[in-house]
Amino acid sequence: MAVTSPGIAGAHQYLDAQVRWRTIEIVFWLATLLPFVVTPDYLVLASQIAVTALFALSLDLILGYAGIVSLGHAAFFGFGAYTAGLISKWGWGEPLTGLVISGFAAGLLGYLMSFIISRFRHLALIMITLGFGLLLLEAANSASGLTGGADGLQGVKMWPLLGMFKFDLYGRTAYWYALIVLFLLFLVSRRLINSPFGLSLRGIRENAVRMRAIGAESRSHIRKIYTISAIIAGVAGAILTQTTETVSLGVLDFQRSADILVILILGGAGRLYGGLIGAIIYMIARDWFSGVNPQYWYFPIGVLLIGVVLFLPNGVLGGLAQIVNSERGQRWAGWLTSPLPWRSRP
Amino acid sequence: MITSVFGVLFDGFAYGMLLFLLSVGLSVTLGMMNFVNLAHCTFGMIGGYVTVTLMNSWGWPFLATLPVAFIVTALISVVFERTMFRHLYRASDLDQCLLTIGLVFVSVATAAWVYGTIQQPVQLPPYLRGSLQVAGLTLGIYRIFLIVFALVVTGLLVAALEFTRFGAQVRAAVDNQRMARGLGINVDGAFAITFALGSGLAGLGGALAIDIVGLDPSFALAFLVYVLIVVAVGGLGSIGGTFAAAMLLGISDMAGKYYFPAIGSFLIYLVMISLLMWRPAGIFGRRT
Amino acid sequence: MRRAMIGLALFAATLISATGAPEQAHAQDSVKIGLIMSYSGQFADPGSQIDNGIKLYMKEHGDTVAGKKIELIRKDNGGVAPDVAKRLAQEAIVRDKVDMIAGFDLTPNALAAADVSAQAKKFMVNMNAATSIITTKSPYMVRTSFTVPQVNESLGTWAYKSGARKAYTLVSDFSPGHDGEGAFQRAFKEAGGEIIGSARYPVANLDFTAFLQRAKDMNPDVIYIWVPGGPQPAAIGKAVAERGIDLNKTKVVGQGELTFDEALKGMGDAGLGFITAFHYDHNHQSAKNKKFVANYNADFKRNPDMFSVGGYDGMHVIYEALKKTKGDTDGDALIAAAKGLKWESPRGPMSIDPETRDVVQDVYIRRVAKVNGQLVNVEFDKLENVKDPFKARLPKQ
Repeated sequence: MAVTSPGIAGAHQYLDAQVRWRTIEIVFWLATLLPFVVTPDYLVLASQIAVTALFALSLDLILGYAGIVSLGHAAFFGFGAYTAGLISKWGWGEPLTGLVISGFAAGLLGYLMSFIISRFRHLALIMITLGFGLLLLEAANSASGLTGGADGLQGVKMWPLLGMFKFDLYGRTAYWYALIVLFLLFLVSRRLINSPFGLSLRGIRENAVRMRAIGAESRSHIRKIYTISAIIAGVAGAILTQTTETVSLGVLDFQRSADILVILILGGAGRLYGGLIGAIIYMIARDWFSGVNPQYWYFPIGVLLIGVVLFLPNGVLGGLAQIVNSERGQRWAGWLTSPLPWRSRP
Repeated sequence: MITSVFGVLFDGFAYGMLLFLLSVGLSVTLGMMNFVNLAHCTFGMIGGYVTVTLMNSWGWPFLATLPVAFIVTALISVVFERTMFRHLYRASDLDQCLLTIGLVFVSVATAAWVYGTIQQPVQLPPYLRGSLQVAGLTLGIYRIFLIVFALVVTGLLVAALEFTRFGAQVRAAVDNQRMARGLGINVDGAFAITFALGSGLAGLGGALAIDIVGLDPSFALAFLVYVLIVVAVGGLGSIGGTFAAAMLLGISDMAGKYYFPAIGSFLIYLVMISLLMWRPAGIFGRRT
Repeated sequence: MRRAMIGLALFAATLISATGAPEQAHAQDSVKIGLIMSYSGQFADPGSQIDNGIKLYMKEHGDTVAGKKIELIRKDNGGVAPDVAKRLAQEAIVRDKVDMIAGFDLTPNALAAADVSAQAKKFMVNMNAATSIITTKSPYMVRTSFTVPQVNESLGTWAYKSGARKAYTLVSDFSPGHDGEGAFQRAFKEAGGEIIGSARYPVANLDFTAFLQRAKDMNPDVIYIWVPGGPQPAAIGKAVAERGIDLNKTKVVGQGELTFDEALKGMGDAGLGFITAFHYDHNHQSAKNKKFVANYNADFKRNPDMFSVGGYDGMHVIYEALKKTKGDTDGDALIAAAKGLKWESPRGPMSIDPETRDVVQDVYIRRVAKVNGQLVNVEFDKLENVKDPFKARLPKQ
C-alpha cells in the first residue's frame, strides 16, 4: 500500500507523506477484529494466521526492504519458540516476560548471524541462511535432552495472560494476544521503514555499492535490520509456543522457511502489508482446500500460486497497486490509499 | 584402514555422481538465464516415474527405460518452458520462485493422485545387483555402473559445450547474455534447448536414483535442498564446478557418516557453509 | 492493468468457489469423529493406509452403530506439526462439534492433541503414534497400534535367547529411534549380552553403505537396525547385500518397518534372512486375517500394513465402546467402556489394558523367506500378551 506520490520534493517530505495513515489501512485493522463477531469458531485459526503474519512481516523487513533473501528464517522463529517453551518448562509460565526474553534471545542469535550475513549477497547468501537454518534444526534434534528431540518439548504450561485470561479451547485469548502483538510490532516496523534508516535500506537493496559511495555504511545497516527481523521472528515463534503449549522440530524445519517465503511473495514483498495479506490468503485457502480434500489440496494451492504469478506480478498487493495506480483506479479507489490529513505521530 | 578409506571414497563418489546428474541442468540454466527453477527436481521425479511405469506396467528392462526417461522429461520440460517460464525471464527472482514452487505443489499432488503415496519399488536386473571384490574392497556393481554412466554423460556434455557451435553459443550466453544477443545469437532458442537437456538429465538422474534413494511424490521437494547446495557450491553455469561440488559433497557426506556418525548430519551443511564463505561465487564460479 | 484485473477476478472467483464448499449437514443421530493425521506430505502414505483401514472396517460393519450414524471429518496434519495438530483438534471440537478424535500418525501430533482431549474431556483413539508416554497425556485416550518398547524389548530378549552375545545398533537419529535403541539395548544387556558399538544415522539419510561397513568391521553377532519406514529400509537392504554381510554369521534384526512389503520389493533377495519383531503382518496365518487381507486387496489394490490394522482396530474400539454406552459419546463413559476390551483382531488376540489404556498384544518374531516366489515375513516365534514394559516400570500411582 506504499504508493509513491509524484511531485513531492525531498526525502523528508516523501517520508512525511509515507508515514501518514490511509483509509484502507484503518479499514484493514478494523477488519482484523471481525473474527470475534463473525466467525467465533475460527479464532484458533485466526490466531495462527496472526502468528504467521508476524513471521512474514519479519521476513519482509529483510527481504522486501534490504534485499536479503533468506531460506532459513525459521531458525529465529524456532529459536524464539524453543526459548519460550523452555522458560515455561523450567517453571516460569508468565507469557509476557517469556515473550520478551524469547524475542531477545532470537535477536541475539540474529545479531551474531548478521556479522556473517552482511558479508554476502545473492545465491551464496541464500544458501548460507539455509545452511545455518538446517544446522540449527540438526542441533535441536541432537540435543534431545534439552529440546525433547523429535517428540517435541514436553511440559510447556502457560499461566493465564496478565494473570486473568486463560488460553482457552476456543482460541479467544490466543487471538487477541497474537493480534495485539502483531499490531504493535507492525507499528514499529512501519515507523522504521518510513524513517531515513528505512530509506537507506531500500537504497542498499537497489545498489549496495553506490550506497557506500554516497556515505551510507551498508553493512551496519544490514546488521541492524537483520537483528530486528530476528527479534520479530522470535516473538512470532514464542507466541505460537505460548498459544499452543507445544514446540517441536517443525518450528525449525526447511518447510517453514520455504512456506513463509512463499507467503510473503504471494502477498507482495516490500509492501509491509504483503506478508499480512499473504498469510491471510495462504492460510485460509489451505484450510479450505484441505477441508474439501485433505489428500490433494496441494494441487489447488499450486494453481493459486501459479495464477498469482502469471496474472498479478509482484504478488497480490503488487497487482492491486497496479490497478489502483492506473488512472481509472485512482478515480475509483484513490481515496482509499491517499494519505489522511492527520499524522500518526505527535 | 586404507581399504576403508578407499571404500568410503568410492561410495561417496557414486553418490556424488547422482547429485551431479540431478543438479547440472539447474546450474547451466541458472547461469544462462538467471531463471530460478525450484521445480528442477520435479523433472527428476518425472523421470523416475517414467522408469517405474515402463518397468512395472510394461515389463521393459531397466536400461531401456533410461533413454525414454530422458526424452519424456525433456519434452515435458519444453512444454513448461514454452507455456509458462518464457513469460517470466524478465520478472523478478521472487516471482520465478513462486511460480516454480507452485508447479512443485501441483506436481506433488498429481503424482500422489496418479501413483499413490506409496514408495515405488524397482527391481534391478541381476547383472546390476550385488557387489564385486576388488583388492579387498567391496564395490557395489550398481555404483560402478552409476559412476561410469555419469562420467560418460559428463564427457559428452563437456565435449558438446567445448567443441560444437551450439556449445559455443551457450557458453557465450552464460558469460554475457546481452552481448550474445547483440552478436545475433538466438539466446532464447539456445536456452530452450539447454533447458530441455538439463531437465532431461535430471529425469535421468531421477530414474537412476530410485534404487539408491527411492521414489515417492515427496521426491520433488526432498531433493531440492541437496540440488541447491550442489549448484551454489559449484558455481552457476559451470559444469566442472558442479561436478567438483557434487563429488565433494557426496564424499564428505559419506565420510562424515563413516568416521563421525555423531556429527554426520551436520557435516554436509558445515562443508557447504565454509566453502561458500571461502568462495561466495562457488568453487569455479566467476560471478555471483 | 488489464492482466491484473483479469488476475484479480480469477483470484476472487477461486476464493468464492472455495467458500462455496458444502457445509456438512449436522444430523441429529450421528456420531462425529474428527480424523487428524497426515494426508499430504512426507507422511501421506501412512495416513492413507490408516484411512483405508477405517474405510474397510466401516464397509464391513456398516456405518451405523447403536442407532447412530458414524460421520468422519478428515483433517490434514501435513507432517510433524503439533501446533497444527492441536489447532485441528480444537477446531474439530469447537467448530465441527465432533464427539471424539482419532487418527494420529506421529508422536508430537498425538501428544499435542492429547492436551485437547484431556481439556475437552473427549474420547481419543491413537491409531498409530508409538511412543510409550503418549497415553499418559490424556485419561481419555486408548491406543490400537503398538509401543516401541513393547516390540523392541521383546526383540532384545529374543536375540540373546537365540544365541547372539555381541550386538551393534544402528538407529535413526530422532526420538523414536533413540527409544528403539534404548529398548533393544536394555533388554539385550539385561539378558546378558554386550553392546559392542552403536551409531545413529541422520533422519534424512538415504545411503547406508558407510554405516553398514562400519558395523561389519566391528564383527558383531547381531546388527540391530531401527528405521521409520519410507525409502530407508530398501536402501538398508541393498547396502547389507552390497557390503557382503553374511546373514548366517551376523543376524540383521529390527522393528517390523525394516521388512515392510515395499521395502522387500525394493531390496529383493537381499532381504532374505532379515529378522524382525512386530505385531502385525499381512502374512499372519489366521482365518480372520486371510479375510481381512482379501477384502483389503479388493478395495485398495494393495496389502494392509500396521497402519491399516491400527485404523481398523481403532474403529473396532470405537464401535464396541459405542455399543456398550448405547450411543452415549461422553468421554468418561466411552473410556470406561473401552478399558479392558478384548477381541480377535487380524493381528491376533489383543486387548486394551484397563490400567494404562494401552494396547496388549502378541509380538511376533519373523524371518524374511520366499514363499511361492514372493518375499514375505514368516512368523517363527512369538511372545504372548506383551504389555508396554515402559509403563510397567513406572511407579504405581
